[in-house]
Amino acid sequence: MSEKVYPALPPTPGNEAYWEAAKAGKLLVKWCQDCSKPHHYPRGVCPHCMSTNLEWREAKGTGEIYTYSIMHAAKPAYVVAYVTLDEGVSMMTNIVDVDPGKVKVGQRVKVVFKPSEGGGKLPCFTPV
Amino acid sequence: MSLKGKAYIAGAYEHPIRKAPDKSLAQLHAEVAKGALDDAGLSKSDVDGYFCASGDTPGLGGLSMVDYMGLSLRHIDATDTGGSSYIVHVGHALEAIAAGRCNVALVTLAGRPRSEGMQTGTAPRMGNVQQPDVQFEFPYGPATANMYAMVARRHMHQFGTTSEQLAWVKVAASHHAQHNPHAMLPKVVTVEEVVSSPMVADPLHRLDCCVISDGGGALVITRPEIAKSLKRPRVKVIGVGEATKIQGGGVGLDLTYSAGRDSAKAAFEMAGVTPSDVKYVSIYDSFTITVVMQIEDLGFCEKGQGGKFVADGNLISGVGRLPFNTDGGGLCSNHPGNRGGMTKVIEAVRQARGEAHPKVQVENHDIVLAHGTGGSLATRHVGATVILEGE
Repeated sequence: MSEKVYPALPPTPGNEAYWEAAKAGKLLVKWCQDCSKPHHYPRGVCPHCMSTNLEWREAKGTGEIYTYSIMHAAKPAYVVAYVTLDEGVSMMTNIVDVDPGKVKVGQRVKVVFKPSEGGGKLPCFTPV
Repeated sequence: MSLKGKAYIAGAYEHPIRKAPDKSLAQLHAEVAKGALDDAGLSKSDVDGYFCASGDTPGLGGLSMVDYMGLSLRHIDATDTGGSSYIVHVGHALEAIAAGRCNVALVTLAGRPRSEGMQTGTAPRMGNVQQPDVQFEFPYGPATANMYAMVARRHMHQFGTTSEQLAWVKVAASHHAQHNPHAMLPKVVTVEEVVSSPMVADPLHRLDCCVISDGGGALVITRPEIAKSLKRPRVKVIGVGEATKIQGGGVGLDLTYSAGRDSAKAAFEMAGVTPSDVKYVSIYDSFTITVVMQIEDLGFCEKGQGGKFVADGNLISGVGRLPFNTDGGGLCSNHPGNRGGMTKVIEAVRQARGEAHPKVQVENHDIVLAHGTGGSLATRHVGATVILEGE
């Protein structure tokens, strides 16, 4: 069976770096240089303090599952989840390369990059 | 200045239709408007304020419906907060009436997702590409059902809530729906039937999900003097509240509570009553988990105890402590336009008037409450609460 190719949308202005990094196998997180907090999804204005003094930092790519759901209504079923990265910020993702029945809240996971439309890559996670 | 009691709900109407292949969206809006005005004993020439949600109303911000119905207005408000919009509109109409900006406010909702074959809960909806979250979320396949399922999964993990407890919400709704001749699912179901129905988005089963229906509903809200001149039982708006809940930029993500916590606090403060005074609640029941979480956030039990609270028939009228959704709600009766707030207010009005079905009418109906969420529970939504007094 051929591997799933995820949908992709054209990067909105300011987010090109995130998708370029993903293509190169790196997960970026936006950090605020004024309030020193991370956030996700990435924005051009800090959602904590409204600063525009932001920078991309590479995440370690590890974290744990905050919550998840197995979408049985879809064939094949897929696992949507929120993963909390070790940097302290949570992101929506898919849990992949695992029997969905083995996924658990609190499970340690690491980032893997899956193909998306247009030759890009999408950050997903798999149990460590 | 408190706005408590500065407006009354004078008319309410729910379209009996559940599938409307032969009616346009505009016609459904106009039919429910006529129904609510007839119920109040008013006519369209009395209407000087119109409230609708831009998302279910054809045309720009309500303008097409104003034109279709031939209204002449001095106040218009097309605030769209998803399914909670019409509860928000009750508050906005109260404010507009108190400020002298209108005397008779008309609120309408209509939709026909069933006729349009929409996969309301299971198909990921992309939304506008300008929406800043879309490119970081849509590729992962978030649909309504699995977004709510993730909230349910976390509630189970953190508080020990079980599928059987969630099922009791559906069981209670079905006990009420058996008395509603318009309900899509009037058959009484058991906990076993709910938990053995097919899994849609783990841990939510098919019977944890609301129905998909066409239809609509409308309200007429007026100044107190006008309400008092009419023949219908009077329903006073004594408390309103609205609030937002987001993900905090992903820092400290907490999907165990909703905006209901804040919207209910505001509504109870305005009304000067507490949860123990409430005799009946309408709660937007998009999914069973939605009700469990809202019951906690509205203050009917401690956070995390919602599963235990709803078990063993505690939401069944005449049986439990907190009768809810006595029309059968979205889980059994209807869910017009994928937006449950309107029908929640309408059944609360029926209860406050003493006009619910005799088998489900609560004995003492002096204080009733309607609450809903719009958007996606706990992740990105608006909660709205209204407290009504039957006079």
